[in-house]
Amino acid sequence: MKILVPTKRVPDPDQPIHLNADKTAADLTGIPCVINPFDAIALEEALRIREEERSSAGSDIEIVAVGIGPQACEKEIRIALAMGADRAVHVVSDEYIDSWIASNLLKAVVDKEQPDLIIMGKQAIDADNNQAGQFLAHHLNWPQATFASEISFEGDRVKVARETDTGIENVSMELPAVITTDLRLNEPRYASLPAMMKAKRKQVDAYTPADLSVAVDPKVEIISMETLSAKRNCVRVNNVDELIVKLKEASVL
Amino acid sequence: MKILIIAEAQGAEVRHASRSAITLAKNAAAAANGDIEIAMIGDDIAAAATAASAYAPTFTLSDASLAHPTADRYGAAIAQIVKQRGAGLVIAASTSQGKDCVARAAAQLGGTMVTDATACENRDGKLVWQRTMHAGGVAAWVAAHGDTVVVTALQSACEPAEPTEKTSVTALDIDVASLPSAIQFESVSTKQSNRPDVTEAAVVISGGRAFKTADDYERLIGGLADKVGGGTGSSRAAVDAGIAPNENQVGQTGKIIAPDLYLGIGISGAVQHLAGMKNSKIIAAINTDDEAPLLDYADFALIADAYEAIPELIAKL
Repeated sequence: MKILVPTKRVPDPDQPIHLNADKTAADLTGIPCVINPFDAIALEEALRIREEERSSAGSDIEIVAVGIGPQACEKEIRIALAMGADRAVHVVSDEYIDSWIASNLLKAVVDKEQPDLIIMGKQAIDADNNQAGQFLAHHLNWPQATFASEISFEGDRVKVARETDTGIENVSMELPAVITTDLRLNEPRYASLPAMMKAKRKQVDAYTPADLSVAVDPKVEIISMETLSAKRNCVRVNNVDELIVKLKEASVL
Repeated sequence: MKILIIAEAQGAEVRHASRSAITLAKNAAAAANGDIEIAMIGDDIAAAATAASAYAPTFTLSDASLAHPTADRYGAAIAQIVKQRGAGLVIAASTSQGKDCVARAAAQLGGTMVTDATACENRDGKLVWQRTMHAGGVAAWVAAHGDTVVVTALQSACEPAEPTEKTSVTALDIDVASLPSAIQFESVSTKQSNRPDVTEAAVVISGGRAFKTADDYERLIGGLADKVGGGTGSSRAAVDAGIAPNENQVGQTGKIIAPDLYLGIGISGAVQHLAGMKNSKIIAAINTDDEAPLLDYADFALIADAYEAIPELIAKL
């Protein structure tokens, strides 16, 4: 079985966001970047599936990480390899990539790689779009299970517990399929230093969007951005009685 | 321009989040001289569709095989309905169903989708959309290119629409048998709660890691919520620790809420959590830590232990 895991490079979510001069994108100069946390969960799940499969049936599972973006993405691709991906694909582009273009590029990579399963984050924590997995599943005409909190296999079917607004929904699908991950699926491992050294020797195939015959023509473009500060002037109250008075004065109790 | 709202049924009513989507659709209609219609998909939705018709003429696709929103089936159905009705703008709620099924439909309709929209404006004859990014740290205006634009509305940004006079309900002619069905629904474990949903409650009592057990969380946070008729929320940390149920999680990747009162107790206020509640009208915090980040985003703070302050609040309210 082959599992494809898209791993997007995003700014470290614990860092404040700075905008570029014309306020159309985040300025990543000097900002540490990480693998999108939901994608790291996806990669961790692929690694666990491989580990369990090896201990039970001894069958081989190959895990291919995919990065899309500028040359700098190579760093996060190497981290994915150090975590345990067997090899990687880097679609190199300096252009603005929206979810639609990303899904088209991933479709082209899937056509080359022919994976049995795609596991990816439910959203990237920079754009917060929550679209690419659903778009990709449509392109491939594969079933999808978004917001996964548990994945298991039963014969040729994959069973997924999904986190929905109202509770956990259980679905099953035949492979190939697309699964997007939610927070509680697992806790990703860290890449060790020796693994980082070893990852330098792993194979990364590089393509441009043109190599994959995909037009970089965004459907949704950012006109302007502004950073928001939601800080308020906090009044410290001394006891429960004072808190109740303040909330009643504000007419919210 | 024709605007089609994909509304979700909740029993005999229109789901609260869908009523917020209707408000955004009405704003878009006013800005772009549009006409609004509603589509509702499901099984046994006659009563909810009648309720929906009090907002706009409603079209239904009802079938036993549509009882559960599997994305391939619903996505294909939504795309067919949009084409049949000739809509140029499709608006749904940013619910788990909206993100799952409507995004799949958006791909079939050309791939132009704006997630978590908070407002729209007509600029030079074209609608542009405001949405939040980077865990709510950034507000962006975006242009959506394409013949069909699909938008999900962020519930907390739009007041739910109020019903007017009931209009028409019309059954759609769609060949249900031809819709895909590769995703098999197995079961759903819905929560059993008499409390208002955290996204709909006027008052939300929210608890974090200060609570040692799920029992404590339920007794104290749940008890205070019941006292004031509110909903219960929680931080990701409390959910991950098994103290609070999943569906209570407030934050960037959980529920995004804007109640009249948000009372965060024993919640430090991670960036991801703030993204989910910072637009609440009044924010109050109870925490033993005077340095907790949540306090910077609060109107009122009480430095106290949750286990002492909550029973006192319950007794005095």
